[in-house]
Amino acid sequence: MKRWAARLLEAAITLWLLATLCFVLLRAAPGGPFDTEKAAPPEVQAALAAQYRLDRPLPAQYAAWLGDVVRGDLGPSFQYPDYRVTQLIANALPVSMLNGGLALLLALLLGIPLGAWAALRSGRWTDRGLMFAAGLGLAIPKFVAAPLLVLLFAVTLHWLPAGGWGGWSHVVLPVIALALPNIAYCARLTRASLLETLSADYLKAARARGLSESRLLLTHAMKPALLPVVAWLSPALINVVTGSAVVEQVFGIPGMGRYFVQGALNRDYTLVLGVVLVVGALIVAINAMVDALRAAMDPRLGDAQD
Amino acid sequence: MPWAVPAQTLERGNGPEPSTLDAHRCQEVACGNVLRDLYEGLVTEDAHGRLIPGMAQRWSVSADGRRWTFVLRENLRWSNGEPLDAPQIVASFRRAFAPATAAPFGELFDALENAQAVQAGKQPPAALGVSAPDARTVVFRLQRSASLPALLTLPIAFPVYLPAVDRYGAQHTRPGHMVSNGAYTLSAWTPQANLLVARNPRFHDAARVAIAQVRFHVTEDAAAELQRFAAGDLDLTEVVPPQPLNALRSRFGQRLRLSPYLGAFWLGMNLTRPPLRESPQLRQALSLAIDRDKLTRHVTGLGETPAYGIVPPGIAGYTPAATAWSTLSQAQREAKARALYRAAGYSEAQPLVIELRYNTSTPHRRLALAVAAMWRQTLGVQVRLRNEEWKVFVQNRRQRAITQVFRGGWIGDVPDARNFLAAFGSDGPLNWSGYDDAGFRERLARADAAKSEAARNAWLHAAETRLLGADAVIPLYYYTSKHLVSERVRGYEPNALDRHASRWLSLEAAP
Repeated sequence: MKRWAARLLEAAITLWLLATLCFVLLRAAPGGPFDTEKAAPPEVQAALAAQYRLDRPLPAQYAAWLGDVVRGDLGPSFQYPDYRVTQLIANALPVSMLNGGLALLLALLLGIPLGAWAALRSGRWTDRGLMFAAGLGLAIPKFVAAPLLVLLFAVTLHWLPAGGWGGWSHVVLPVIALALPNIAYCARLTRASLLETLSADYLKAARARGLSESRLLLTHAMKPALLPVVAWLSPALINVVTGSAVVEQVFGIPGMGRYFVQGALNRDYTLVLGVVLVVGALIVAINAMVDALRAAMDPRLGDAQD
Repeated sequence: MPWAVPAQTLERGNGPEPSTLDAHRCQEVACGNVLRDLYEGLVTEDAHGRLIPGMAQRWSVSADGRRWTFVLRENLRWSNGEPLDAPQIVASFRRAFAPATAAPFGELFDALENAQAVQAGKQPPAALGVSAPDARTVVFRLQRSASLPALLTLPIAFPVYLPAVDRYGAQHTRPGHMVSNGAYTLSAWTPQANLLVARNPRFHDAARVAIAQVRFHVTEDAAAELQRFAAGDLDLTEVVPPQPLNALRSRFGQRLRLSPYLGAFWLGMNLTRPPLRESPQLRQALSLAIDRDKLTRHVTGLGETPAYGIVPPGIAGYTPAATAWSTLSQAQREAKARALYRAAGYSEAQPLVIELRYNTSTPHRRLALAVAAMWRQTLGVQVRLRNEEWKVFVQNRRQRAITQVFRGGWIGDVPDARNFLAAFGSDGPLNWSGYDDAGFRERLARADAAKSEAARNAWLHAAETRLLGADAVIPLYYYTSKHLVSERVRGYEPNALDRHASRWLSLEAAP
């Protein structure tokens, strides 16, 4: 309990430092939220500045924003004045979680069996073929894979929509585009880890005792072999949930990734800060969950953390 | 998530996410497209872009052109069924010009009595030159001549339902909160994804609105939008990505719609600093050395037309001006350019070194590269190309501190030549080049004082001629609008402002 309280405090300090650094960097960037092609008259600009508290000194702006955050309000969006940042994120986060979660689930469901299969056929053509495919999956960037998927499944075959948001059919292609490199990485990781585990002395002894290969794999080898995969889950989940701006752009998905990009381009200070805070909190939470999962799989890790 | 896709829904690509659905605060195309379906002004436009009665049944103007009287249709209703009358329209105008609303297009109404003073907070909203003598009459008082009916088609002139604003504040634009008066009402809004609007049965012309629902899709990436059209997900795209015209024609045939668009693209020059400030010869040499035919044929390539003026063709009653040398051949222009360049004191041994600044975008980069190559080839000018991220670019351009030559352009807000020329007549934030000429301002003022539309246009033409004669700007081309339109869409007509309200469209019934 004490450990979790300390971790919570550590997380809060990390997030505060992150937000403060981001606040300073954003304000140091040239260009402001109301710099547009048709610049508004000075009176209008002054009215806008007052509405968004930009007419106050920077420390006062910071204090006011931080006060709002503590009260659970991330402030009004500069670019989308009809919305509070909290409302925008409340719309976008479930979308990113759905896409990212499904993509990672697909990566685990396909990557682990394929990696295990390749490990069991190490050196044969099936292993080499699979690893070549995995190499391709990792090498092809998402901004190439996503349009290719659209071209094949939407434009040519008309099986699925080419983009947009509105039905389960809209989820399929983005999830595949997000999952592809993760399937490849997961398969390679599983293969390498399983090969290493299978060469351990205790497994050689078990094999010598006459244990069948399948029993050996399922009861003795897979659990330790999956520890690196579980460790990879944390950055992978963070990546698919937050780092999917390209896929969201290509498929027109209303997720978090686009707010990263657009918020920065539009100098939407509150939106960027809100996204940074939420993503930061998400990273902390995911890391904690994955640590707990690893500790459950290998109690020695839990002891070490104490 | 709303998963069902109803029949008889027009699927429209709409570009980026609309920044707002508050009509008084809208300033970009994406929100304008949606708001023109949700609202109607006193005056509106038909499918061809011609001005027709909107909320107003008819209007008249006084002999001096300063007093406009609009008579409303009978039985106008808001989408919630409440009656819509003239005092509400006046109250909405007062809200639009209140300083707190911070309406970005307020300056377009500078002809309206006290509009600028009210927006600046120097006068109360009640001082605005609009009044309602009775429930069906709205009167506008102008300080100078202006094409008021055209201005009244802009979102800032739409009537916003003030009880919803009072109750919900900025969130009066949400489905369930928004009350409007147009052909459609707002049904759903998923930010960054789409907006759904449904036919408004209380609209005065509801019987002639054919399409039951319209879904406006956020299509930020033009290439992705094209693929969505090709896959049959969209009936209408907002743009067409820059691709060779032949390839697009062969792929999409008649579905590719290109038409003249009321916009001009030019290169601006910083006229407040050397070397361009003191040398009209040099400015003209730079302008002459650009082969606009090559630019529009090989660089922009989507039907744009070479420009020798600032006001595009297509404004009723206005004859666009052109540079004096526009009738010369390109070879003659280049010879003249070389002579002027030398006369300005530059040569191969002592070349002009200049910076051309543009905002990050592939078409802009291609155009800047082509212009730089033409200047180098014809004159020997050494050009440093500098691309900047949008916010940095607009800030630098406005400050006129480090810019020399920059990308500029204007899309008409209304079909009025003054809309293209006004920025050059003031020291305001839109005068990016710092052009400062009393003669030009005088011509604009005479146009403002004109008693007739013909006289006004004649003075505006004189102002444009003066601007071009001073070589204060380098016109390059006039825009085209570019869309992909599905065969099942009927009633789509090209128009100069590229406005296509859904009420004029219909969908061919499924076989």
